Amino acid sequence: MENKQKKKGISLLVPIYIFTILFVFFPIIYMFFVSFMSRAEVWGFDMQFTFANYIRILEPIYLKTFVRSLQLAFTTTILVIFIGYPFGYFMGKLSAKWKARMMLLIMIPFWTSSLIRLNGWIIVFQSNGMLDKILMGLGITTDPLKLLYSYPAVLFGMVYALCPFMILSVYSSVEKMDWGLVEAALDLGAGRARAFWDITLKITMPGLLSGVVLTFIPSMGLFFVADILGGSKVVLVGNVIQEQLTKGRNIPFAAALSVILMIMTSLIIALYRRIANTGKIEGIF
Amino acid sequence: MRRAGKSGIFSKIYLAFIVALMYIPVILTVIYSFNANKSPTVWGGFSMKWYEELAGDRSIREALGNSLLLAFGSCFFAILIGTSGALGMRGRQSKFDGVIAYLSTLPIMIPEIILGMVFLGVFSFMNLPFGMVTLMIAHTAFCIPYVFMMVRARLEGMDKNLEEAALDLGARPFAVFRDITFPAILPAILSGALLSFAMSFDDVVISIFVTGARTNTLAIKIYTKLKTGVTPEINALATILLIVTAAVILLSRGIGRHKEKSQEIETP
Repeated sequence: MENKQKKKGISLLVPIYIFTILFVFFPIIYMFFVSFMSRAEVWGFDMQFTFANYIRILEPIYLKTFVRSLQLAFTTTILVIFIGYPFGYFMGKLSAKWKARMMLLIMIPFWTSSLIRLNGWIIVFQSNGMLDKILMGLGITTDPLKLLYSYPAVLFGMVYALCPFMILSVYSSVEKMDWGLVEAALDLGAGRARAFWDITLKITMPGLLSGVVLTFIPSMGLFFVADILGGSKVVLVGNVIQEQLTKGRNIPFAAALSVILMIMTSLIIALYRRIANTGKIEGIF
Repeated sequence: MRRAGKSGIFSKIYLAFIVALMYIPVILTVIYSFNANKSPTVWGGFSMKWYEELAGDRSIREALGNSLLLAFGSCFFAILIGTSGALGMRGRQSKFDGVIAYLSTLPIMIPEIILGMVFLGVFSFMNLPFGMVTLMIAHTAFCIPYVFMMVRARLEGMDKNLEEAALDLGARPFAVFRDITFPAILPAILSGALLSFAMSFDDVVISIFVTGARTNTLAIKIYTKLKTGVTPEINALATILLIVTAAVILLSRGIGRHKEKSQEIETP
């Protein structure tokens, strides 16, 4: 009977093993392989081993894109920390009823298409749009700001799209917190700032760190935010990959860019695991 | 002195402010979808004409049909593969299982654009016809993790004694599954499925890489139109998308609440 149970277990595993190997493992290996092939005339690649795609990434124009993407990802992450952490922290202090309501309020825009939200911000940022009208109406500015299709608009869009990840991660660790510890520190004469720094921040660090990972990784790939809010002025690694695939028709080079981006992603996750000493990323599941 | 762990007035203002900011674009989109004026920034009175125009547009109806077929289909496959995988891996200490579990969750861990590019490459290698088939495979790939992870977490938190007791008392394995295991994991399956549905319905990045020239989804339609600027038509389209996702989320919340209750009953 034990044996029979085990056999049944194995047949249950067949679909996920086949699907994962065929459509996750194999495609990733294939991409590694392609990234070392040379470019074909029209589409696809020639079976000729080369490092050229990786060497090409070192060209100033692409190197610059990587640096700029990293910069944007860093800036986004820092802004997200300063906006999202207090939110998650305050949210964790609400009453149970309000926690549930707040959760729902965050979830709705979070799970709805980021496109819809970007669309709304275009209405706001457009030249002579909502924001310009309000500012000009109040006499703060005299001319339209021309915010759409600029770096600040892209940064704003990124922060806006990724903040919920930070909020949810921080919230889940604040919620589990034992406030008795903070009270004890206060009773023992620590100031509020000191109590926050030494206790709250340390305890909520796993949430903060997973928020950082969940913000930083997607922020390197969100090419459509740069596309829609930045026009063609802001070019990120994601945009280059897309361009190489569609207009450039250079699959091996796009694959090489993806491999580098993926290595960077895995390094960040590995670093997170080392620091946070956990395999799980808090907040989402 | 105020007790630690209680929120003050400043924190409430802050929360309200950020939430308001989150909803500005959503609300504006909905409002402007009823704008009679064609300009996205000038209000010209209430009108349903953009919705009527959408209803009359054949390509939009087709895109909606595709989006629904895709979301239901990938949801179905994700339930099948994700649930059977989580059940099969239960209680096994296999290294291969660990690797497969890790790999199967990769599609939601790596940046979307990489996934899109990887699929594009491998589908053309496999000679698959770009269109609904490739969309379905790609969407199933990023839907499986939601179902798989949720069902697995639920199984881990489950008390095995109940099932073992039933087996000891002579119940057949299938009856045990039907009467004990399945009802326990059903909420996890459903909330994972709804999440995947919402994700599939919304996805742009991966879809534009793996779709063919003639197959459009609603999300792809919005994206291509957005690149040329906002029109009231997009606002109407976005509003429809918004209503579908909001409904799905509210539904999944309802199931989540049900789950909490049933858990309470299990552990009195």
